[in-house]
Amino acid sequence: MSHAAGAHAVHHAPQGFIRKYIFSMDHKVIGIQYWFLALTAVFVGMTLSLFMRLRLAWPTASIPFFGEGPMTPEAYLSLVTMHGTIMVFFVLTTAPQGGFGNYALPIQIGAADMAFPFLNMMSFWVTLLGFFVIIAAFFVTGGAPIGGWTGYPPLSAVGEAAGPGQGLGMTLWIISIAIFAVGSLLGSLNFITTTLDLRAKGMSLMRMPLTCWAWFITAILMLLSFAVLLAAGILLLLDRELGTSFFIPAGLVFSEQVLDHRGGSPLLWQHLFWFFGHPEVYIAIVPGMGVTSQILSTFSRKPVFGYHAMVYAIAAIGALGFLVWGHHMFISGMSPYSAMVFSVLTLSIGVPSAIKTFNWLGTMWGGQIRFQTPMLYSIGFVSLFVSGGLSGPFLGQASLDLYLHDTYFVVAHFHLVMGVAAIFGMFAGTAYWFPKMFGRMMSEGLGKLHFWITFVGVYAIFFPMHYLGIAGHPRRYAETSGVDYLASLQPLHEFITIAAIITISAQILFVINFFWSLRAGKKASENPWEATTLEWTVPSPPPHDNFGGKVPVVYRGAYEYSVPGVAQDYIMQTTPDNEVVKAKSK
Amino acid sequence: MAETVLRQAPQVAGGGGGDHLTDGGFGDDGRGGGPPPGTVRRTYRTGMALALIGISMLFIAFTSAYFVRAGLSDDWVPIGLPPLLWWNAGLLLASSVTIELTRRALNQGLRSRCNTWLGLTALLGTGFLAGQFAAWRQLAERGIFLATNPSSSFFYLLTGTHAIHLFGGLVALFYIVWEAWRYRLGPAKRTLVEVTAIYWHFMDGLWIYILLLLWYGR
Repeated sequence: MSHAAGAHAVHHAPQGFIRKYIFSMDHKVIGIQYWFLALTAVFVGMTLSLFMRLRLAWPTASIPFFGEGPMTPEAYLSLVTMHGTIMVFFVLTTAPQGGFGNYALPIQIGAADMAFPFLNMMSFWVTLLGFFVIIAAFFVTGGAPIGGWTGYPPLSAVGEAAGPGQGLGMTLWIISIAIFAVGSLLGSLNFITTTLDLRAKGMSLMRMPLTCWAWFITAILMLLSFAVLLAAGILLLLDRELGTSFFIPAGLVFSEQVLDHRGGSPLLWQHLFWFFGHPEVYIAIVPGMGVTSQILSTFSRKPVFGYHAMVYAIAAIGALGFLVWGHHMFISGMSPYSAMVFSVLTLSIGVPSAIKTFNWLGTMWGGQIRFQTPMLYSIGFVSLFVSGGLSGPFLGQASLDLYLHDTYFVVAHFHLVMGVAAIFGMFAGTAYWFPKMFGRMMSEGLGKLHFWITFVGVYAIFFPMHYLGIAGHPRRYAETSGVDYLASLQPLHEFITIAAIITISAQILFVINFFWSLRAGKKASENPWEATTLEWTVPSPPPHDNFGGKVPVVYRGAYEYSVPGVAQDYIMQTTPDNEVVKAKSK
Repeated sequence: MAETVLRQAPQVAGGGGGDHLTDGGFGDDGRGGGPPPGTVRRTYRTGMALALIGISMLFIAFTSAYFVRAGLSDDWVPIGLPPLLWWNAGLLLASSVTIELTRRALNQGLRSRCNTWLGLTALLGTGFLAGQFAAWRQLAERGIFLATNPSSSFFYLLTGTHAIHLFGGLVALFYIVWEAWRYRLGPAKRTLVEVTAIYWHFMDGLWIYILLLLWYGR
């Protein structure tokens, strides 16, 4: 641990540009760095999905960058793989936790920085290195891997014999994921330590904003799951490069040659991968839940409905997340008894999820709602979380999953619930904290326009996919034009692609709004949303040590809105009881 | 905690290290507060505990893979463990004792005794790694390599991963030796020595676990 030793010395604001903005140890700068990494990654991932959609809607057309004539199935599969990998790791894991968590967690709990600032800087740079490595996979011989974001062996383990991209491209994929896992482990360690040890006086756990709870639980999930992914990655790399047989069974024939490996189990990879993979889903969505709770309460001018229940529900979702990995493997031939156990546990996640949804609605019920953009995105989050979540109990039952598993139904499910719901959480977080981060407001008009196009757009893209799935349309296939029963579904594919083109184009509005507001947005006050948490007690943007040398003391929970008998409709967490201004009695 | 430091502060010239890891809480001097004294110490202990949980998960994953792979296959041929491994375990156990003595000597401000135990710990740790390397050579001479058999794959995987982690601990140890060499190891470096000791004990326990796994899981 000695490498982190110097960390605490650095608490004077650094002067030079490089130390201040590039190799910064300030959690706020690191948070913004993570955010920009995710923004870059999301545009790469979105572009890949656009190419996929073009291929699906117009199978015979030439597509830019993919040569004359129809895109090859291998190219399509490499798009599937890279889209999934980049989105899951470098967007959904990067921005909600590394971005917003880094920026807001220390301020919200009243700390001057993360517990280990140097380690924090390393987490970011390690993650960025992982991103460069995965991008490099596009440019090596054979191109990007084609094995899907889950990297199932034996396809991922036997090298080039399994297809273009399974050579060096696949190796880079594994290395990138391993690097990412290391970065995430370092980050999670920092988050947990900070939350446990650096809370300001009076900031008991049960006074923390739900955002902090969400980042805390997410960090625990990361610590426990990414180590397992790292282990799996090491085994896979050994199988590929050094001739071991952890995952490769005997008697495999590729290109008319019997492979030398024997005795390995591809299912072993699936178990290890999904032991990570399911918690990963929650790593993506839980921070969004925290942001949503925060924003719904602030913009409804009401306390969060059932704060304790919300905390326990997040913890329950996190804990159950480690017990349900088998539901990704129903079609692997597992014993029906195991499937039953996984199924029951999976369905039980519906309980804490429903508690959260109910409490979000309860928070808004009867409130004086301010429909500003952060609120719109958060309501969008709840809507998408419900729409996507409701198909979960279908897929959680082995008997239904056997039919639906390899169809578009699953694509619809996870895109709505962990993809765009989490993305809406990020939009909400960006609109909410932008004034704090940069000292200016984002444009409400552009924000609302972007919200409505995106909200309608994502439903137009992903909702019809449920129908495609029920109709039996397989996922991951580049082309189904030779299949009779799928021919009638082609117009639907075209509709989805057009919706995708419009929705993706609308994201330019978000970027324009972001950069325009950065330069020309209205100056933000210290507390533009009239929220109660600690980051709104300091200037926008906050000074290097967050509280300008003062030590915050916390007197109350995070959601004291519309307290009866009080003049203002919100009480800051730092306001002691004797300073609360009472309303004039009528 | 802070009072212990004050009582024994002048033992070693420049013992405070000056630049970092002072136990004075979070934030600059004269800033008028910050979290209470001992916070830094607490964060390092928490951070180390969490790092150990992460490392445990890595080895738990390897262990489950070990049992699954051993249980599923009919090609598992147990390898004879080189007896040298048990001697290595002896070295590591001894180093756990010496690092504990280092820690106590430092807390009592007994510099020369602290340096002796510290030097011995670094030596034993290096000896363990050298011993592990010798054990790998012995196996290689018997024609047992990583890919020879699943049992040998797991042998090299587990011992190798452990060795890499132990090497990290050794780097920290040698950093402490370097600080002692420059007369900068005072009671104010307690936190560093303490978390290194915790890590070292864990590596010791982990090695015993791996050895038992390899022995009973044959």
